Amino acid sequence: MSALADPQAVATLPKKQSRFWKKMRANPAALLGGALVLFFVAVAALAPVLPIADPIATDWGAVRQAPSAAHLFGTDEIGRDVLSRMVWGAQASLLAGVVSVAIAVCLGVPLGVMAGYMGGWTDAAISRVTEALLAAPFLILAIALAAFLGPSLTNAMIAIGLSAMPIFIRLSRAQTMVVMTEDYVESARAVGLKPLALVSRYILPNIFPPILVQATLTIATAIIAEASLSFLGLGQQPPTPSWGSMLNVAKNFLEQAPWMALYPGAGIFLVVLGFNLLGDGLRDALDPRDH
Amino acid sequence: MLAFIGRRILIAIPTIILISIFVFTLQHLLPGDPILVLAGEERDPEVLEFLREKYRLNDPIPIQYLAWVGNALQGDLGISFRTNQPVLELIGEKLPVTLQLATMALIIAMVIGIPAGVLSAYKKGTWIDWVANVVALSGLSVPNFWLGIMMILLVSVKLGWLPASGYQPFAEDPLQSIKTMLMPAFVLGTAIAATLMRHTRSAMLSVLKSDYIRTARAKGLAEHVVLIKHALRNALVPIVTVTTLIFGELLAGAVLTEQIFTIPGFGKLVVDAVFNRDYAVVQGIVLCTGVAFIFMNLLADVAYRVLNPRMGDK
Amino acid sequence: MLKPRHIALALAFGLAATAVQAQDMRIGLQEDPDVLDPDQSRTFVGRIVYASMCDKLVDITPGLEIIPQLATGWEWSDDGLTLTMTLREGVTFHDGTAFNAEAVAANIDRSQNLPESRRKSELSSITGVEVVDEYAISFSLDAPDATLLAQFADRSGMMLSPTAFGEAGIDFGLKPVCSGPFSFVERIQQDRIVLERFDDYWNADAINVDSVTFLPIPDTTVRLANLRAGDLNMLERLAATDVASVQGDDGLTMEQAVSLGYQGITINVGNGAGADNPLGQDARIRQALSLAIDRNVINQVVFEGAFAPGNQPFPPTSPWYNDAYPVPERDVEAARALLAEAGFADGINITVQVANNPVQQQMMQVVQAMASEAGINIELQAKEFATLLADQSAGEYQASQVGWSGRVDPDGNIHQFMTTGGGINDSGYSNPEVDRLLNEARTSTDTEVRVASYNAARDILIEDLPIIYLYHVTWIWALDDAVQGFVPYPDGMIRLEGVTINE
Repeated sequence: MSALADPQAVATLPKKQSRFWKKMRANPAALLGGALVLFFVAVAALAPVLPIADPIATDWGAVRQAPSAAHLFGTDEIGRDVLSRMVWGAQASLLAGVVSVAIAVCLGVPLGVMAGYMGGWTDAAISRVTEALLAAPFLILAIALAAFLGPSLTNAMIAIGLSAMPIFIRLSRAQTMVVMTEDYVESARAVGLKPLALVSRYILPNIFPPILVQATLTIATAIIAEASLSFLGLGQQPPTPSWGSMLNVAKNFLEQAPWMALYPGAGIFLVVLGFNLLGDGLRDALDPRDH
Repeated sequence: MLAFIGRRILIAIPTIILISIFVFTLQHLLPGDPILVLAGEERDPEVLEFLREKYRLNDPIPIQYLAWVGNALQGDLGISFRTNQPVLELIGEKLPVTLQLATMALIIAMVIGIPAGVLSAYKKGTWIDWVANVVALSGLSVPNFWLGIMMILLVSVKLGWLPASGYQPFAEDPLQSIKTMLMPAFVLGTAIAATLMRHTRSAMLSVLKSDYIRTARAKGLAEHVVLIKHALRNALVPIVTVTTLIFGELLAGAVLTEQIFTIPGFGKLVVDAVFNRDYAVVQGIVLCTGVAFIFMNLLADVAYRVLNPRMGDK
Repeated sequence: MLKPRHIALALAFGLAATAVQAQDMRIGLQEDPDVLDPDQSRTFVGRIVYASMCDKLVDITPGLEIIPQLATGWEWSDDGLTLTMTLREGVTFHDGTAFNAEAVAANIDRSQNLPESRRKSELSSITGVEVVDEYAISFSLDAPDATLLAQFADRSGMMLSPTAFGEAGIDFGLKPVCSGPFSFVERIQQDRIVLERFDDYWNADAINVDSVTFLPIPDTTVRLANLRAGDLNMLERLAATDVASVQGDDGLTMEQAVSLGYQGITINVGNGAGADNPLGQDARIRQALSLAIDRNVINQVVFEGAFAPGNQPFPPTSPWYNDAYPVPERDVEAARALLAEAGFADGINITVQVANNPVQQQMMQVVQAMASEAGINIELQAKEFATLLADQSAGEYQASQVGWSGRVDPDGNIHQFMTTGGGINDSGYSNPEVDRLLNEARTSTDTEVRVASYNAARDILIEDLPIIYLYHVTWIWALDDAVQGFVPYPDGMIRLEGVTINE
């Protein structure tokens, strides 16, 4: 990070860092969150090597079977192993969360910094568009976008990313404006530092912590949004599993095969809880005002 | 204050125009021909062409948009392709439904969120704080639609305590109306209880540190009096502000809950309209929720200023 | 002060009072109907509502015979170009307007000439309408039309009050006025449609409930939960997977009838550039796909055996079904041989579009797994229904999983799909011989001639396979056991004549 070249930053960072870790360690909720996230990331990453059944292998003789030794989480509507689909579905859910937030950050932060840095008409234009996007309900916007792009996991991620973008525009704009009023930024401007250098040296490092916190929390929202779109048939398409699309099918078999709905729902719940707890802990730990 | 409100309304106008342009363009870009959906199983080319002309679908999108704006300014939001019902009438029909759902959800959220926030601020750093936090975040983390179907399975199918779906107008049968709406409102309320709890907690934390609380305690007042009468009352400013904002989001956010519980409100209407390519309905609803959202934001700002006079005009 | 005996008496009276209280029949529907104007209407579910609200010129029996309703009798001229109908006397519309030949003429005129009318093609053979006297009317046709009476048994034959549509015009659907057993009270979109008993109905004695409320509840589990909880008296389209649980419930009964429609895979053989691929050009590959599929397994796995496997546009129960071609057994070897013959011994990749609804996707995943065993690798392309329809009509697809709700007359299931330039011929299939045979079947009133024509067309179509038929839906109704006298019909309608709710 270019910020490390700045003497002032170098001087403060280690101290900040140690305080950060101390606060994180003292926060059991955040640790629980981190553990949950790590667990699911590991499961998703190890999916190809775990000793589980093929997630798309069908078995007409074993349709909607209750959990047993052969199928720990039971089987689904065409005889596939639910445990295996859960594991592979974790990939889709995590990917959906991370990629859509990456899209939102990569588009939103530059726009927000631009608005905050340049002010004037640029700011007014970007702010109005942001407000308009915020005023259109998140899920309705995502549904319309996903319908427009066609139902698939990739398109669902794009739709969610675009819908989540305004939060990051707004946040980075506000942060940039705060940083811009700092004395050291004003003096750097006075000595003629180029805008790009100014942004990368002072603004980005300073707006990084709140963006990180927001991103973690938005991943949680994005995972639920992907599940919601899949639940409406607009996300991951069969036979590839995702937790949302598993639930979409499972709702037709609630009485006959409740396990089909139980596990994917619990999976979403735990991973989202993980990100929420982690994000919350990060916020406390990175908060300069020490409560 | 009036100047402030006036300026905010002026700023809101371009925002609303932008929303309407977004939605208009987006849905006209959607793949799928509304006229084919409208034709259903019968497809007479002559009739299809007539309908295309009638709904101006052959015109360029900007012309269609201007025509829509022209009518909207005269209070005509068009008719639903699907049922021929005027959109404005539809909105009038659905608004009370979603309003009731949002109100009940908000009440449930306040009943859970505010006491939990007060408690966790009071017991800051203890295991009570920790548990309250995890429970609140759990409410935020559980997917609404999953909680919804699980509750239907348990409460309606297995136990038969509450109706699984539908809507009973409050004016016709208040008790049945509340019973029918209880489960969906709970599902929706759990999600926002977390937000409310966290705002309450942080507002309470800063109030609890203030001098007058110390004074109140020094006077030997009972702890619950200090907590409720002095601290909570002063913490209410940000809580009210947040609640107003949440309510705006709720009106638009009930989409999936209404879908699960088959509640004939805004959310169900708009999702079905997107899938049926019922352009005028989508357009009308998004305009309404957009205006409601902006209005609630404005209200929150005004409330903040009224309750907190120290904040002058910026 | 009331003595206990008095209280008991009061209670007894109270009970008696509830017994004679207005009986409301609450029916759960799978979808919310579209506009309630039979001339503009286009959905299956809308027809279920009309069955209680709008009488037709004629009706059908469960065996699909045409029987009188508003027309008490009819007669064809020898050349088959004139149909004369005698009308029921003493019938009034819900608004008090009298039903007579003038009213019928006005209705036919509206169905044919209202620009928004979706009934035009159904009545296209009628060239003239003549009011013979107050209760007799005759229709002149440009060519004999075997399908006309069946059209009169559906939306084209529904009689609306001329006074009402004269006033409301195209907004008739907001407050429909017909002459059926129940009249319209109110509709709240996506919530309910309420009808009340029409006391002046000509067959009022057969109607035993005071009102009907239709409640659209799309989720099958929720619909059934409502029935169990007593919030519904009956529901239509019970999910096949819920059959066992309803059968095991003492408080519920079930009725079923194999539908008139079909579900299958439509293949693009000549609709634009989308047909430019081996699947569209070589019938052997389509035959291989058909052979690779085990229709019985689909029925068992996806529909728990409740539906009817099929291979023709009409279900095996239909009198029009051709027994010379029974539902084929799965034959993977034969499928592989056909593929090899067509030059794809190493397998072939095809794309099939399917609506993004869980049941159709489940079914197609089963097909996908079966086809892959024969070397046909199916890529499933999920689309929203609106998109699927548009792409199919524009020819932007290779193969598409779709179905048809079915019509009383066989012509409705085949003519517009298989004739060159037919209204719903999305496959782009064109064969002059098939055109000739299907037109012949349409214009003959002789059943034997019609059967022969359909069979001859089937000989060709079963080789060419522009549509691979897979199964026929069974309509399943679940009812509270207090509901008695319900008769299932293969058209999926709910007729409330003779239906009672026992308290």
